[in-house]
Amino acid sequence: MAHDGATTAGTGNTELVRVATSEHRMARYTLIGLALCFVGLFLVLPLAAVFTEAFRNGPGEFLTVLSDPETFAAIELTLLVAVIAVPLNLVFGIAAAWAIAKFEFKGKAFLTTLIDLPFSVSPVISGLVFILLFGSHSLLGPWLQHHGVQILFAVPGIVLATIFVTFPFVARELIPLMQEQGTSDEEAALSLGASGWQTFWYVTLPNIKWGLLYGVLLCNARAMGEFGAVSVVSGHIRGLTNTMPLQVEILYNEYNFVAAFAVATLLALLALVTLVLKSLLEMKYSEQIAASRRH
Amino acid sequence: MEVRVQNIRKEFGRFPALNDVSLDIRSGELIALLGPSGSGKTTLLRLIAGLESPTEGTVYFGNEDASRKSVQQRNIGFVFQHYALFRHMTVLDNVSFGLTIRPSGRRPSKADIRQRALELLDLVQLSGLEKRYPAQLSGGQRQRVALARAMAVEPNVLLLDEPFGALDAQVRKELRRWLREIHDRTGHTTVFVTHDQDEALELADRVVVMSKGQIEQIGTPDEIYDTPNSPFVFGFIGQSNILPVRVENGQLWIADRSIGVSAQGEPDGPAQLYFRPHDIELLDGNGGCIAGLVTVTRRVAGTRHVELDIGGANSRVEIELPPEKVTSDHSRVAFRPTRWKLFRD
Repeated sequence: MAHDGATTAGTGNTELVRVATSEHRMARYTLIGLALCFVGLFLVLPLAAVFTEAFRNGPGEFLTVLSDPETFAAIELTLLVAVIAVPLNLVFGIAAAWAIAKFEFKGKAFLTTLIDLPFSVSPVISGLVFILLFGSHSLLGPWLQHHGVQILFAVPGIVLATIFVTFPFVARELIPLMQEQGTSDEEAALSLGASGWQTFWYVTLPNIKWGLLYGVLLCNARAMGEFGAVSVVSGHIRGLTNTMPLQVEILYNEYNFVAAFAVATLLALLALVTLVLKSLLEMKYSEQIAASRRH
Repeated sequence: MEVRVQNIRKEFGRFPALNDVSLDIRSGELIALLGPSGSGKTTLLRLIAGLESPTEGTVYFGNEDASRKSVQQRNIGFVFQHYALFRHMTVLDNVSFGLTIRPSGRRPSKADIRQRALELLDLVQLSGLEKRYPAQLSGGQRQRVALARAMAVEPNVLLLDEPFGALDAQVRKELRRWLREIHDRTGHTTVFVTHDQDEALELADRVVVMSKGQIEQIGTPDEIYDTPNSPFVFGFIGQSNILPVRVENGQLWIADRSIGVSAQGEPDGPAQLYFRPHDIELLDGNGGCIAGLVTVTRRVAGTRHVELDIGGANSRVEIELPPEKVTSDHSRVAFRPTRWKLFRD
């Protein structure tokens, strides 16, 4: 009962005195129960359903549907898109965060808002933007077509849409971190004779590495899982421009449930791995933030 | 190395941070830039370092114009108020940093760098802590690492920005004495910024008092304390009393009473009398003195601070008496300043 509060010592009074911020036991169990029910209903149950559906006909069937050439192509394409989009956003994100956190310039508030834009716009709109830019009735589209460059309904369009949607993850993660750290570490390195590149490599990057990894992880999860924007620009060409989320939709619409859920398990696994890594990073990362505060 | 700052002006946007500042720093000197916040002292330090560039004016290192040189080319050592140690590197790596990043032609061998870093850690009395990380050190230890790191590159000039500002009083005092010792041993030309006058007066060979982007006075601690050349310096350094007085025929008057202080050669007219609480003599008489009733007494370490109400407007005066001189409230005390200065508006 000790955790319920402190007994009033000395007087022999055994009545329990509750700590002001702790709730009654009933209230606590009700709240915890509600939260558990909610999590179970909306998170655990669907996840379990995905896995049971996928393995309904046994693991053999599971592997067979995954080795289907179209499905395999979708997995390959998803990996390819992530491999292109994530490193680019890593570079863009560091550059944007660096500019915003370490320099004063006009239009900084505007740039910060702009970085958030992909978060606030519906992914479908994000996709449509590229249709408007590169479609056959746009200014750029016919010119590019003439020169044999295919953007829409091809890999470049999917990559562009994915980059657009996932742009904020790295930058958003780094800006507050870099702002908090300030510029004196960099100034110290410069005063010791380090070049700009050495300063970045030996001082700035180590200071932000956990935040950066965290941002990259979230960016990657979204890049692989993005549906809306990619759906608009991909054209759904089987075996060519279908990413995993699009493949899931197609298989499902064809009543090919086992295959649909098999691909879905891969995406779900990705989400779980991301979550675990994220939690591990957060543990590490919070220690580091605490250390930098003590610093 | 000798450092000269000539007619420096610095504006941030349209805000003038420094206005026509000139300063000669002698080789091997330990010099303090002292002033309230916003006086431009840190800006001046950063301009010497090359972390800021002046709007106008020139900085010379020896006979060389350093104004167009980058911070890397100036070869300075800079110590920050909040240490700015590289938190992911050990103490040894922090101190070695300036040498290890040199291009291979100018870089000492690995063994030499290690040797030098260990020597410096010995100098700053941190031997044995070379494998620690900054987070595992106390504030005072971190600042000593920062100083060792700055000295590792054999800087032309050592620049310290409020080096003890983030430390508690006890450690600050200790480090002050220790910095003076290090300076005497190594002979680096050193400039440090502080808003703590005790620190400046105790530590520096010369003190530069700054206010509102200008230099008010440059002098030895004695000169600054004993002969302040402006009301600002008099008021900013140490304790001071200010009384409105009138000069008549070489005598000072408060209202209708002569206070027994002769000011030969001063033109007649109103003036402000500045004097320090301890630069006084107690008197018994009624004429030729400043007299008042005790309102508050405080015992501060080895002296007794007594506040007097001497009547009239703007009439509160604080004087320092020996502790054995006990005064009760409302008793009458008469005194006369022995060392003072007049300033006119």
